[in-house]
Amino acid sequence: MKGALRFLIPLAIFFTLVGFLYKGLNLDPREVPSPLIDKPAPEFALTQLDAPTQTIRRADMLGKVWMLNVWASWCETCREEHPYLVEFAKTKAVPIYGLNYKDQREPAQAWLAERGNPYVASLVDSNGRVGIDFGVYAVPETFLIDKQGIIRFKQIGELTPEVLANTVMPLVRKLNG
Amino acid sequence: MADARHRSFAALLALALALCLASPAFAADAPAPPAASAPEAVVKFQAPTATLTAADPALEARMLAITGELRCLVCQNQTIADSHADLAADLRQEVREMLKRGRTPDEIRRYMTDRYGDFILYRPPLKATTAVLWLGPALLLAIAFAALAVVIRRRARLADDHFEADPVWEGETPDLPATSATPPARPGTPA
Repeated sequence: MKGALRFLIPLAIFFTLVGFLYKGLNLDPREVPSPLIDKPAPEFALTQLDAPTQTIRRADMLGKVWMLNVWASWCETCREEHPYLVEFAKTKAVPIYGLNYKDQREPAQAWLAERGNPYVASLVDSNGRVGIDFGVYAVPETFLIDKQGIIRFKQIGELTPEVLANTVMPLVRKLNG
Repeated sequence: MADARHRSFAALLALALALCLASPAFAADAPAPPAASAPEAVVKFQAPTATLTAADPALEARMLAITGELRCLVCQNQTIADSHADLAADLRQEVREMLKRGRTPDEIRRYMTDRYGDFILYRPPLKATTAVLWLGPALLLAIAFAALAVVIRRRARLADDHFEADPVWEGETPDLPATSATPPARPGTPA
């Protein structure tokens, strides 16, 4: 018995270490849990990309479930994500609003003209202040906001068809239900 | 007999070694003291701030003291004070403006954690979710010392014939118990 312990204790320690490493190495350090989940979306008042004189505020969005997708024409990953959003917009499951983050009007408009525009409207956040309030640090990011203006979901990095189908859609149905 | 003793010691040594290895694994995400930044980080550090230091050195120093303890989420192993990332520059400016408006460092840290979570703090607060981070290394060290103490005490209680005899040097008289085996020849022992 005593002899067995001599081998079992180091073995147990070894497997504990392996367990920690297995878990740790599979975590994506870029995916930081957002403290904004289940908190009210921050206040904003931003002009629209295609209508520079019209402002959209947080209060205007209350009463409906909506998606906010942070994008920019300089963002490489947005290019990969965009076709999925265009497809998703066709289902009309949830209105998608863009947050055009630290971008310029002309390249942004050209970008949408070329790739299709899935957004009801894109809000212009040229200095990135609203992005900071939303805790944005890795464009693209996507938020799902409920009827009371509470953030219910955040995707850091690109949305994939799997995330849209398996996470976003059930949540949209739940929030609308 | 001596062989069994060796095996047991080897097993305990392995345990102590495993604990030593485990400790940095737990501590991998522990806050690195800002003072420990490498010399090249100091060089980087001056570039984005040099011109602004001239404008208001006192404000700049306060801003750097705060942002030097905040993690840049874009390049996660740099502080916001160090980083060249766009977002870090924006956040430095945000901190400058908040300081000008008379916000305290605590208010600024809360502003950051409200948006980015505790992850942005290089010194996360001690709470239930960070307890392992703060106490884990100390706990493992305590276990390692306890194991070491047990080994030493066990060995202290053993009779002399449990140990390998000391080599006998030329000109010395061996003071070994009669039961002991002849000392093994070792490389480096004068013939």
